[in-house]
Amino acid sequence: MKLTLRVWRQQNPETPGAMATYEVDNISADMSFLEMLDTLNEELTLAGDEPVAFDHDCREGICGACSLVINGDAHGPERTTTCQLHMRSFADGDTIDIEPWRASAFPVIKDLVVDRSSFDRIIQSGGYISAPTGTAPDAHATPVPKPDADFAFEHAECIGCGACVAACPNGSAMLFTSAKVNHLNVLPQGAPERETRSWTWWPRWTRRALAAAP
Amino acid sequence: MTRTLWDSTVGKKTIMAVTGLVMLGYLVAHMVGNLKIFFGPGEFDGYAHWLRTMGEPVLHYEWALWLVRVGLVAAVVLHGVSAYQLSRRDIKARPAKYVHKKPRASYATRTMRWGGIILALFIVWHILDLTTGTVHTSFEAGHPYQNVIDTFSTWYGNVIYIVAVLAMGLHVQHGFWSAAQTLGVGNATRDRILKTLANLLAAVLTVGFISVPVAVMTGVVS
Amino acid sequence: MPDYTQYATGEPVVDTKAPEGPVNERWDTRRFQAKLVNPANRRKHTVIVVGTGLAGGAAGATLAEQGYHVVQFCFQDSPRRAHSVAAQGGINAAKNYRNDGDSIHRLFYDTVKGGDFRARESNVHRLAQISVEIIDQCVAQGVPFAREYGGLLDNRSFGGVQVSRTFYARGQTGQQLLLGAYQALSRQIASGGVELHARTEMLDLIVVDGKARGIVTRDLVTGKIDTYFADAVVLATGGYGNVFYLSTNAMNSNATAIWRAHRRGAYMANPCFTQIHPTCIPRTGDHQSKLTLMSESLRNDGRIWVPKAKGDDRPADKIPEDERDYYLERIYPAFGNLVPRDIASRAAKNVCDEGRGVGPGGQGVYLDFAEAIQRMGRKAVEAKYGNLFDMYQRITDEDPYTVPMRIYPAVHYTMGGLWVDYDLQTTIPGLFAIGEANFSDHGANRLGASALMQGLADGYFVLPSTINDYLARNPHTDTVDAAHPAVAEAVAETEDRINLLLSVDGDRTPDSFHREIGELMWEYCGMARTDDGLRKALARIPEIREEFWRRIKVPGTGEQFNQSLEKANRIVDYLELAELMCLDALHRAESCGGHFREESQTPDGEAERRDEEFSYAAAWEFTATGGAPVLHKEDLVFEYVHPTQRSYA
Repeated sequence: MKLTLRVWRQQNPETPGAMATYEVDNISADMSFLEMLDTLNEELTLAGDEPVAFDHDCREGICGACSLVINGDAHGPERTTTCQLHMRSFADGDTIDIEPWRASAFPVIKDLVVDRSSFDRIIQSGGYISAPTGTAPDAHATPVPKPDADFAFEHAECIGCGACVAACPNGSAMLFTSAKVNHLNVLPQGAPERETRSWTWWPRWTRRALAAAP
Repeated sequence: MTRTLWDSTVGKKTIMAVTGLVMLGYLVAHMVGNLKIFFGPGEFDGYAHWLRTMGEPVLHYEWALWLVRVGLVAAVVLHGVSAYQLSRRDIKARPAKYVHKKPRASYATRTMRWGGIILALFIVWHILDLTTGTVHTSFEAGHPYQNVIDTFSTWYGNVIYIVAVLAMGLHVQHGFWSAAQTLGVGNATRDRILKTLANLLAAVLTVGFISVPVAVMTGVVS
Repeated sequence: MPDYTQYATGEPVVDTKAPEGPVNERWDTRRFQAKLVNPANRRKHTVIVVGTGLAGGAAGATLAEQGYHVVQFCFQDSPRRAHSVAAQGGINAAKNYRNDGDSIHRLFYDTVKGGDFRARESNVHRLAQISVEIIDQCVAQGVPFAREYGGLLDNRSFGGVQVSRTFYARGQTGQQLLLGAYQALSRQIASGGVELHARTEMLDLIVVDGKARGIVTRDLVTGKIDTYFADAVVLATGGYGNVFYLSTNAMNSNATAIWRAHRRGAYMANPCFTQIHPTCIPRTGDHQSKLTLMSESLRNDGRIWVPKAKGDDRPADKIPEDERDYYLERIYPAFGNLVPRDIASRAAKNVCDEGRGVGPGGQGVYLDFAEAIQRMGRKAVEAKYGNLFDMYQRITDEDPYTVPMRIYPAVHYTMGGLWVDYDLQTTIPGLFAIGEANFSDHGANRLGASALMQGLADGYFVLPSTINDYLARNPHTDTVDAAHPAVAEAVAETEDRINLLLSVDGDRTPDSFHREIGELMWEYCGMARTDDGLRKALARIPEIREEFWRRIKVPGTGEQFNQSLEKANRIVDYLELAELMCLDALHRAESCGGHFREESQTPDGEAERRDEEFSYAAAWEFTATGGAPVLHKEDLVFEYVHPTQRSYA
């Protein structure tokens, strides 16, 4: 298929950016979105232009590096990451707008690449359990009810891509932060640091009652 | 604790949720009181008088009413200041806007800020009109029934009031659900119940409040 | 320059650190022998850790907890994105929670056998011992492993073994373990124990007076070339599977750190031992940039088959049961679909070579869940494999609940790596290599769910014990700075290389070279290798290298964020590493594990080891680019697990 791409180009954090328009042809429906961008970049390189910079690494939807806002949606029209988005989600002749995550917490480094170290700082401020190597009791010493373990997992599987911030009208990292708090607070191993990790307005029993309510 | 509550975004949102719910409770009571107008001037004026003697003999005349007023003013101020500061933070959090714009939320959600400002202005007018009578053309203290009928006998009185009530309805519709989210009540399974409840509350309040000017206009109440 | 294949054989390389005595006491003995650094003195020692995956993240956190000053690097924007994150299936540990006959000794035995008797017994035994502590450590950190309703940990079985010893967190075990290490590391960053440099890539090693004393880096955002100095350097930079271009590795995983270390004197061991994973999604076209793995756990319930007849292009559901060949179940009745990875991969290649492959180009075999769905119900299959099925459907646009999955082998892991002794120290004193970057524990084939185990064993437990000994015995009184000639030379070489890449201004993109070398390697140094093919590859690689330096085009400058430059700079190293891999594969004229030489097979087509000639690890010493390396053999002695022809029938 043939597509028109409007891509955010920004040389560095200091220079203002703008959308640039490119045409790409011979795009296969089986290509991933990033492979489509690879195609564009190959052409740009051969033409002597700088390729479009974008973060990507595993291309399996797990590392959280890819970070594109496609037609106004973080990661594009499907419920998946940009790297798992395939061109079959688009139609021949489409115009696609590609922008970086936009938030002051994520300053643009170049083109579509942003600095997400603010997420690391959130984790550094308490997103861990203090368990130095070598201090652990046997793994079976503390059973964890399966629903709690599942609940912890469902929050722990956040890939830290920053799409929640990119999509939030307020550019807020509440989802990222609360996912980590929920992961660690529900586990018995995380209990001793609950009160320092996160401060809550309501006594614990009210939260438990709330969770148990229908 | 005050630092955590007042400085953090979560704290400010909590303050907004709690003060919003306080005001919502007041609105429900206010609306129920308003409906007394359908029972005639005696009932309505008597109810207005009772509001001043409420709590006697433990409290003196009008004390309870003043307590409520002070509480409400505090709620309005906290709600408004938090809203202003949070809005400033929101705007600062995304200095460069997306080029590809997409409507992302319901009309009620997007009008929270303007709706809130309209409501704040309305409250000022409403107090000057029916509490102090400052902007009222023929205000008589102690005769609220007649004052109300006079207000709703003017075209602008009706327009201002109805516009404000509609804004209130939208504000409650999103605000109630939003408060539930902030306070941690919301989750995936409860989402539908909360949204239905929010719609119901908004509808009942809107209809209840609007029924008064409509009744005056149609002559049901005169 | 002499012919690259005319390598010399040098002195044998000997692991001097593994103690004598019963294998199960060696680790305790070694830890007791090791000199220690006084806790008060540790903060005066700086340790550089390159990489933040399972091995690097765990090592950085643990060394900082001990009190060392750790300076850590990752080229990703965050330590949490290291490619360990993508490991799906699980992590082995000899806990015997299932009471199914598992033990430390059995895990040791399985790993040595699974590695086709090309791993060092002392190391493997230590790995099996430590495996149990890893699970304890990770649970304490809050890793949400799968649990049963009683609240205890769940296990599953994995290829190549007959016990259930694999701990898992749905299909995202690597992610959860990595986040555990990342969080431990974050805690140390917050407390100042670790100084982290993200988006910073190591481009060279600084060796002063024969000892590793620092690294040369490039800040990927500003392009600034910098130097960092330390008392010891730890490489935790993963494997080199990306030399094949198409692999399950992340796009930016690369061999530069280990190759630069190799050029500075660290021996590279068994580079031809690469693992081809049997269950990956087949490629769809030339645009393909990487291959996606489907967890091996799928083989627990899925049945692998191809049509019995050649060129049978009917859709799967039109092929009746008696015209299907469940070839793994047929050839290996005892292990069936759960044979080790190398065997499953090669069997898939064989049936495709016979013309019985399925899907576009006949490069695929079916992995069928119809029987499992009938037996367990769709709900149960969904609960167990739902996320993998979803991923498959997203990529292929086919519904694996109704149409059998198509899979094909793909490069996944490299067992080879920097040669290390029992202390995980390379042949350069003060340079340590941990995790996939070293060669130590998996021999010629790695068992499923053992990479996570080794990465964490090295990072949490082995290195933090053994590095003490080096630091205690080598107190550096001199300070190295940028003015030192060795430092200036390393920096100049790096800058020259980058400037050269930028100045060629040719007519070919970095990716086009990467693709070319990758295809060459897959063709001649992939799942089956021959003397003839390897020689062809060895003749071709220097030509590609010459063409690269003539025709490479890297737009932009070095003083900016420049992903083309990053790529091109990594390809420089692949073009040298590929040559060594082919040479290693050529010289090892036996088949073992993932290394299959067509000349060396049993009458029924299985890999035939030749222990009398090749029972050694091949450690290669660098001489010059394109110059024949020197082979140093480390003889492998098997006292506990006696080499037999591996049989999974």
